[in-house]
Amino acid sequence: MRKDLLKISNKKLKSRLIVGTGKYKSFKETAKAIVASGADMVTVAVRRVNIIDKKKPILTDYLDPKKIIYLPNTAGCFNSNDALRTLRLAREMGGWKLVKLEVLGDKKTLLPNMIETLKSTKVLVKEGFKVMVYCSDDPLLAKKLEDCGASAIMPLASPIGSGLGILNKINLSIIIKQSKVPVIVDAGIGTASDATVAMEMGCDGVLINSAIAQAKNPILMAKAFKDAVISGRHSFLAGRMKKNNFAVPSSPTDGLI
Amino acid sequence: MAKIQLNGKKISLKSNISILELLKIYGFHKKKIAIELNGIIIPKSNFKKKLKNKDKIEIVHFIGGG
Repeated sequence: MRKDLLKISNKKLKSRLIVGTGKYKSFKETAKAIVASGADMVTVAVRRVNIIDKKKPILTDYLDPKKIIYLPNTAGCFNSNDALRTLRLAREMGGWKLVKLEVLGDKKTLLPNMIETLKSTKVLVKEGFKVMVYCSDDPLLAKKLEDCGASAIMPLASPIGSGLGILNKINLSIIIKQSKVPVIVDAGIGTASDATVAMEMGCDGVLINSAIAQAKNPILMAKAFKDAVISGRHSFLAGRMKKNNFAVPSSPTDGLI
Repeated sequence: MAKIQLNGKKISLKSNISILELLKIYGFHKKKIAIELNGIIIPKSNFKKKLKNKDKIEIVHFIGGG
């Protein structure tokens, strides 16, 4: 089989699994889980430095941005201005143009505010950013994002950190069919089989954080997701058999004794 | 003396300190951070800029996140 790479903007990823770096017990565990996941890309947040405890370890001590692609994210931003500010700072920090936009609408559900998200996408694209956009699973809004110049569409499977898996397969399959840019399921995946289902449906990739970080054994779960994503992708490429309403025997009926 | 606000905290500095010198005091590597001064992002090439009284400076970096 030819190399099956995931192309997002000008980046080519070998792994279709993107991993978040939040919620782990320690940086050591984060680093180990990311190695086990085989991911080429990790999401990171932008926050104030610790001016009180200067010796506290930092993420870059454990995950080398030269070896793994950092995808700055605007997690925690509830309006366009905060999201834009965060990503402009991220670009200044590392020179990255490829970023993940996430504008949340409500603290309880963490569902995306799509009005602010669309507004921010337009501004960022104009400023030369390549934007991967976290969004609701509404096909119309996903299309609007693509029309605004999003580099990847990232519909939620279910609310962030909920672990409920894919709640609306119909919507997700419409988004997959209509999109010309990669579709990456972001948020709500609970376990490895959820990722396989998403990949089998034809998603280009999945982004996982809580399902790995909050597993009893995050490193083993990271490996499970690696395998699950590969398996789902192969299954999608192989093309599944037709469903039948009645049984079809596996063995020939000719020559029965 | 210059009284500035660093990441929301009031601190006092010697007069005429540059951003670069402030980073040295706190032990931050300029490659790993980004700076916003009074709401405006300062490119690394401009870190020689001196801080003045009542300046509001934000120093940010990448942390773990989803």
